[in-house]
Amino acid sequence: MITDHNPEQPVVKAQNVTKQLQGPGGTLTILETASLQLAEGEVTAILGASGSGKSTLLGLLAGLDEVTSGTIELFGQSLSGLTEDQRAALRAGKVGFVFQSFQLLPGMTALENVMLPLELAGIRKPAADAAHALKQVGLSERLHHYPGQLSGGEQQRVAIARAFASQPKVLFADEPTGSLDQATGSRIIDLLFEMREQTGAALLLVTHDERLAARCDHRLLIEKGRLEPLS
Amino acid sequence: MSQLILALRFFRRDLRSGELRLLVLALIIAVAAVSAVGFFTNRVEQAMTLQANQVLAADLVLSSNNPIPSAFEEQANTLGLDIAHTLSFPSVIVHQDQTQLVEIKAVSQNYPLRGDLRVRSFADANELTVKGPPGPGHIWGEARLMAALDLKPGAQVSLGEADFLLDKILSRDSALGNNFFRLGPEVLIALEDIPKTGLVTPASRVRHRLLIAGNQEQVKSFQGWATPRLTQGLRLEHLSNARPELRNALDRGSRFLGLAALVAVLVAGATVALSTRQFVERQSDTSAIMRCLGASQSLIFNVLLIRLLLLGLLASLLGIATGWLAQYFLAGLLSDWFGGELPPPSLWPLLMGLGTGFITLIGFTLPPALRLGAVPPLRVLRRDLDAPPISTWLLILLSIGAMALLMLVQAGDSTLAGWVLLGTLITVSLLLLTAWLLVHTLSPLRHHGGALWRQGLSGLARSPSMTALQLTGFGLGILALLLLSIIRMDLLSAWQKTIPDRAPNHFLINIQPTDVSNLRTFFIEQQIEQAGIYPMLRARLTHINDRPVSPDQYLDERAQRLVAREFNLSWADEMQDANKIVAGFWWSDQQRAQPLFSVEVDIANTLGIELGDQLAFDLAGVPILARVSSFRRVHWDSFQPNFFVIGTPGLLEQHPANFITSFYLPPGQESALASLVRQFPSITIIDVSAIMQQVREIMQRGSLAVEYVFLFTLAAGVLMLYAGIQASREHRRQEAIVLRTLGLQRKGLLTAAAIEFFTLGLLAGSLATLCANLTGWFIATEVFGFQFNLNPWTLLVGILGSGIAIGLAGILATWPLSIKPPLRMLQSG
Repeated sequence: MITDHNPEQPVVKAQNVTKQLQGPGGTLTILETASLQLAEGEVTAILGASGSGKSTLLGLLAGLDEVTSGTIELFGQSLSGLTEDQRAALRAGKVGFVFQSFQLLPGMTALENVMLPLELAGIRKPAADAAHALKQVGLSERLHHYPGQLSGGEQQRVAIARAFASQPKVLFADEPTGSLDQATGSRIIDLLFEMREQTGAALLLVTHDERLAARCDHRLLIEKGRLEPLS
Repeated sequence: MSQLILALRFFRRDLRSGELRLLVLALIIAVAAVSAVGFFTNRVEQAMTLQANQVLAADLVLSSNNPIPSAFEEQANTLGLDIAHTLSFPSVIVHQDQTQLVEIKAVSQNYPLRGDLRVRSFADANELTVKGPPGPGHIWGEARLMAALDLKPGAQVSLGEADFLLDKILSRDSALGNNFFRLGPEVLIALEDIPKTGLVTPASRVRHRLLIAGNQEQVKSFQGWATPRLTQGLRLEHLSNARPELRNALDRGSRFLGLAALVAVLVAGATVALSTRQFVERQSDTSAIMRCLGASQSLIFNVLLIRLLLLGLLASLLGIATGWLAQYFLAGLLSDWFGGELPPPSLWPLLMGLGTGFITLIGFTLPPALRLGAVPPLRVLRRDLDAPPISTWLLILLSIGAMALLMLVQAGDSTLAGWVLLGTLITVSLLLLTAWLLVHTLSPLRHHGGALWRQGLSGLARSPSMTALQLTGFGLGILALLLLSIIRMDLLSAWQKTIPDRAPNHFLINIQPTDVSNLRTFFIEQQIEQAGIYPMLRARLTHINDRPVSPDQYLDERAQRLVAREFNLSWADEMQDANKIVAGFWWSDQQRAQPLFSVEVDIANTLGIELGDQLAFDLAGVPILARVSSFRRVHWDSFQPNFFVIGTPGLLEQHPANFITSFYLPPGQESALASLVRQFPSITIIDVSAIMQQVREIMQRGSLAVEYVFLFTLAAGVLMLYAGIQASREHRRQEAIVLRTLGLQRKGLLTAAAIEFFTLGLLAGSLATLCANLTGWFIATEVFGFQFNLNPWTLLVGILGSGIAIGLAGILATWPLSIKPPLRMLQSG
């Protein structure tokens, strides 16, 4: 049974999460007994070098992948034993994503990309909400542009508008500035934090940018698969 | 409901974004090709049937030795059908004390309802087509009559008590071919002249005919009404019980067109299969994002399925409309040949078009679409993750199932569909095997030669599945085009050659045994080639094994008719040239005394006769029993005397028989017939030149129709080529960005593409050429019963042409990538 969100409980809770993969050289441990909690409205950064397992952890916490051992709870519901579809149902309308490579659908306009989560949540007239979200990210003039017609920064803004359009409880951001130049990256981060504050969503940010991490409530470092608090 | 709304929204975006353009276009062309062929063949077949009806001069003919009951005429009038009357009887024509036995045909003024009459004003004049028969007081006679009585147009002749002006030579009455047992040359007069001749009295032996023609549905309705009301002596003739030569020509014409349409289906399938891949690849990303955002597998699958169904519907409707327009144009071109507007098509091609659209789409897109629901959401973080591969067997099974279904429906002939399907499967297997070998043998080769050579070959080795897909797609397309070329060039000419220019155009029956030797001498003296003089006995089939045979045991109308009447049996030591053993054996010299029968294979199938069965015939009260030792395929359109059942000489030669022969009489030598009649008065001459002309025209028009159908398949082939090239577009785009960034010049990029696609084309072409010739050979020998001659042009065009065409297409497709700056290509995604 998938329960709804309980304000007393953390939005995301991971305990002793280990992820191993079978590679040509045998078993490869990517994450080892990682534990963390993300409370409602909280902003946490996970720092780490390339290949340290940051994105793997993010995927596990969002229920996109399965742990080898340990437990993860999303909105108080353990992900263990849930099918792929049950995990998807748990995310629907309550989880937002921002990716390094934007992940916009090239065949859809900016407006349609933002409408997608609203449509999946069954909202009857999603265009108005999507247009509002795009207006909030400063793209009201670009509603009908395709991703290929937008700059990198604009594409990431569309992705942010899409992430917040369904008023999620938690937002997972994977290197949101990784594909952008420094100036554009800064503006995107400002926008991300601004939108988060307006919606009150919790934010779990994966980055290797320490200045960005410094703006978060909590910082965790992942190194050789181990997750440690960063003082 | 929400899934439907979501699907509709996605579908609208699909259409606008152009992502489905190639798939839609492929489907439109596929459906257009099939429905154009469908509409066209449907109309042409109807026109051919109508034209064949000219042999009857109507769609239906009721005949009797007594006046036709008026109820039949009244029913025809009620149904709004056209009717005409004829009376035929033998009589004597007199000219200046000379007499000649003739077959008088008195016709109403609207005769013929189908076909036409052609006349000459004098012996060497051009043939003229006339609208109606001679007016009162006029008579038209065949050239044979003119020769017999040494008449010239303008002569006065007497018929009974009336005098007539013989003003035209009758060169063609299309219904002549039907009148098999004619005693003399035909003369045509107006029906209203009959009373003044005084020749027809209630006691006269006259054949009355009521000719009926009109709308196909009404004709069918009349046939249904009339059949149970046929009393003793009343016969209803229609095309399906007309002469086997015509049936055969029509059947073959239809089969050729069916085969041409079948090939269009094959190209369509290959095109859709190729263009589906790109669509599915793009949809993987959409599915991953949707799953991240909370969509279930079933939602993704359902939405995709609805989109595909909408796509199928839209593309099919557009394809049907395009097909309709295309066939309309073609029908306009051909209607002249058929002497007027072609009949409108039935609904069947429309349903075929819709069916083709959906079956092709579902058969080729459903297996990859099923995978899309299972795309892992983690793909948004790791692009290398893809859905678990679908069972190759499921993929193959569904695609082949779809193909087989389409072929069977399209060909309307399981043997033909079977051979083409087998040819396709062997080709696909060979192509897949070659693709595998190619990818594996390329690895060592890639380390030799120049950089461009390596780049070109690595293009093939980079993605084994893509290479396999392209090779298979190209190979199937080329197979289809070559197969159709072979049909066009070789099978059609083989078909037309089945009636040689000097094919027999006259039959002689009722030849007495005592006349045989003199007749041979006569032919030698007159320098007329004849097909051999064969014995003929008439006997009724009474038993198959110990089971008595009667018409009510058979549901099939033809079988009932065959059993009800007497068979023409013959005996022979050697089998005739136009016959071929398809099962069992022909008797040796040692076996000629044994009681054995050789049976024509179609009649054996119709009557349920098996090899080894014992057949019993009743020959004027004498039972004749023998086992079936062989089945023969007979080329009825060879116009040689042919027999359903032939026995060993030992079985039949002691029984009394007549003889039959056929010969070719060149135009202008009709006087030889007069000498023949004078020397052998008991022999009956049957002129089949009119029916032979009909068969020749059906062949010519059928061939022309196939030529046009080829154009559609060619268009589908061009799109298939485009789809094949586009399938690897994304790979090539990414490579072009990297290579051009690293400094590769335009010429280099194009050369590498040319090497890659030329190699693909050469391989696909070689295998497809091999398989097309093998399939062509099987179809020629097994389905149509022709000899297959390998055409060296197909080898050259198939192998080298494919390499060059696909190589050029590769260069053209890579051209935009070679002129666009790499950064702009990166930005445009």
